[in-house]
Amino acid sequence: MATAPLIELDQVSKSFDGGRTFALRDVSLAVEAGAFIALVGASGSGKTTAMKLINRLLEPDQGEVRVEGIAVRTLDAPPLRRRIGYVFQGVGLFPHMTIAENIAITPQLLGWPRSEIDARVAELLDLVELPQHYAGRLPQALSGGQRQRAGVARAIAARPRVVLMDEPFGALDPITRDALATAWRAIHDRLGVTTIMVTHDVQEAVLLADRIVVMGGGRILAEDAPGPLLGGDAAPEVAALMAMPRRQAERIRALTAKPAHG
Amino acid sequence: MDDRLAGALGLLPGYTAQHVVLSMTALTLGVAISLPLAVLASQRPRLRFAALAVASLVQTIPGLALLALFYPLLLALSALTTRLFGFGVPALGFLPSLLALTIYSMLPILRNGVTALIGVDPAYVEAADGVGMTPRQRLYRVELPLAAPVIMAGIRTAAVWTIGMATLSTAVGQTSLGNFIFSGLQTENWIYVLTGCIAVVILALLVDQLLGLIESGAVRRDGRRIAIGLAALLFGTATAGASLLRGPAADYVLGAKNFSEQYILAGLMAERIAKGGHTAARKEGLGSAVIFRALAGNEIDAYVDYSGTLWTNVMGRSDVPPRAVMLEEMTRFMRERYGVTVLGALGFENAYTLAMRGERAGALGLRTIADLTPLAPRLALGSDLEFLSRPEWAALRNAYGLAFGEEKSFNPTFMYRAIQDGLVDVISAFSSDGRLAGDSLVTLEDVKHAIPSYDAVILIAPKHANDEVLRGALAPLIGAIPVETMRQANFMLDRDTDKASLADAVRFLAASLNSPAK
Repeated sequence: MATAPLIELDQVSKSFDGGRTFALRDVSLAVEAGAFIALVGASGSGKTTAMKLINRLLEPDQGEVRVEGIAVRTLDAPPLRRRIGYVFQGVGLFPHMTIAENIAITPQLLGWPRSEIDARVAELLDLVELPQHYAGRLPQALSGGQRQRAGVARAIAARPRVVLMDEPFGALDPITRDALATAWRAIHDRLGVTTIMVTHDVQEAVLLADRIVVMGGGRILAEDAPGPLLGGDAAPEVAALMAMPRRQAERIRALTAKPAHG
Repeated sequence: MDDRLAGALGLLPGYTAQHVVLSMTALTLGVAISLPLAVLASQRPRLRFAALAVASLVQTIPGLALLALFYPLLLALSALTTRLFGFGVPALGFLPSLLALTIYSMLPILRNGVTALIGVDPAYVEAADGVGMTPRQRLYRVELPLAAPVIMAGIRTAAVWTIGMATLSTAVGQTSLGNFIFSGLQTENWIYVLTGCIAVVILALLVDQLLGLIESGAVRRDGRRIAIGLAALLFGTATAGASLLRGPAADYVLGAKNFSEQYILAGLMAERIAKGGHTAARKEGLGSAVIFRALAGNEIDAYVDYSGTLWTNVMGRSDVPPRAVMLEEMTRFMRERYGVTVLGALGFENAYTLAMRGERAGALGLRTIADLTPLAPRLALGSDLEFLSRPEWAALRNAYGLAFGEEKSFNPTFMYRAIQDGLVDVISAFSSDGRLAGDSLVTLEDVKHAIPSYDAVILIAPKHANDEVLRGALAPLIGAIPVETMRQANFMLDRDTDKASLADAVRFLAASLNSPAK
């Protein structure tokens, strides 16, 4: 028998206006351990809502969400959230806490011993390539990219199996953004975590994810590996979304091919 | 050094200590109640509207009225606890002041607290949830620290308000820096008024700066600033508290209403008690109704009141019997009804009467109150703050059919100014007032005997009914002060120029006792 998926959304629906419109409608999704999934779609497509159901920042109106085979509504939310990393849109570092204090929050809530927390913070600063002396600084003393490195360190501090990322690099300039995204893919592989990343940037999804889930109007429009999605005969909405990275790839191929032909 | 300045500086440490202890206790209580309330209100919209509405409403009640309201409330409560548990609560002094100030301090803390807490960026709230904080952890680790600067600003506002309003607690018998202001205003001792004002301003600025230090510590996450600010506040309050505890509690507490004669007589009684080797503290500036109840409730031990005032206000009588009959009947009533001892009359009367400038009365041909009736609609009456609501005025008005064209209330000091300046034509005067002679005013005779006589009498609290020390100390004053002597003593304080100090007036009166033949 195959092992159960690490995370399952089972026919979940969610409405924020008492059922007149649905942010999510009958969505089912299974994520295997170690996978890197990107949820893409326009704003209002339901991608963020779907992700927030996993650590109970939102509750579904219908359907069930399971983590490691257990329905999350039977679990206390705070302990559940402590074992799921979360990288927030626009960072979400607490402005009144130092970088070290921010990174140490979840281990602290879990009651780790002081010495272990200190060692973990030092280790994580290295992992996300922040200088050790940033530990005592307040978030506002760091650049946007440095802050999000700290945000990533905070998310994985308590060694979660799952990391949820909500538009994690959206607010950064393209170069910083690419550097961070690439660094995260490497960390993901090294630690063997499972990543679910919400992004409106299809290019980022194509570059990083193993699987892309395309969402629109509260439903899953397509779900596949990046290759087939780029090449396949998808539904018109999906094709439109994938057109941009495809055109870009074609253009780059054409440009780099030119000199060879003289 | 100026005599009055020396007197003011001598009183300053004691008044300041009382002021600090009162306002800091009220502020601490205010914070202790408002902060949890702000947290609850920030989570429950309905409670939020209710709490803010009530707090704003309280803020619109004038400070003095709020203090005055707590007096009857505590009296009623005291009657209840006496019946249920056999002990009463003090309705005068520290407790009502503390309660009124605490309630007064709540609005800015509550409003800033609620505003700051509901204003915390939702992104941080979600981040707190997302990293796995429980609601309580979120409150203590994220919401309160982020709201702290705005909350501290509210506490600073509350501190300044409380320190300012604490001056008013003098009126309900709590010593504070307001004693300088109240007594200085009554006796036109501007050095006292100024001393009180400057001390209050310095105290408020100092506390505000210390709280500001704590606030900046909260903003910059600098524990040292917070520690220094807190330590200084605690040290100051503790020092003030210790100085109050260290000073031996006085053997007796003497009451005084809010005019010069009362201050002088309380001073005279204190001197008599000191001569017997005992100590006496004074509660000054008390209202007429408050002071008698305070005596009956054993909160003060002795004071001087006036037979007519007690006759109408306390006994509720409207008949006007002869002087001796009235005294005798009142003495019996006080003993039987309240256990209060009427030790005896001092020898002079301080009657409510109507007075006019001599030349003006002469020009109009007025000699008695009855002469006034036809002219009254064209005249303006000036009165002290109590007169118009007192039964004596109702009795006069009914007996003579008086209807003045205009009625104005003044602080007694300003009332005499008003008649000199021609702002009013007739005033409610006191017959022992030195300014009657000094300002060449004439009193109009109450030919119909509409208002009773006002013999100054010494009253002693129930618990001292058989206290021979107190009775012995005060007995020599009975029948020993003729009205001329009292007027002279009063005039020493009330005249506009060459004003004497309270101590001088007391000395003068004491000296006159020793040489009655003079």
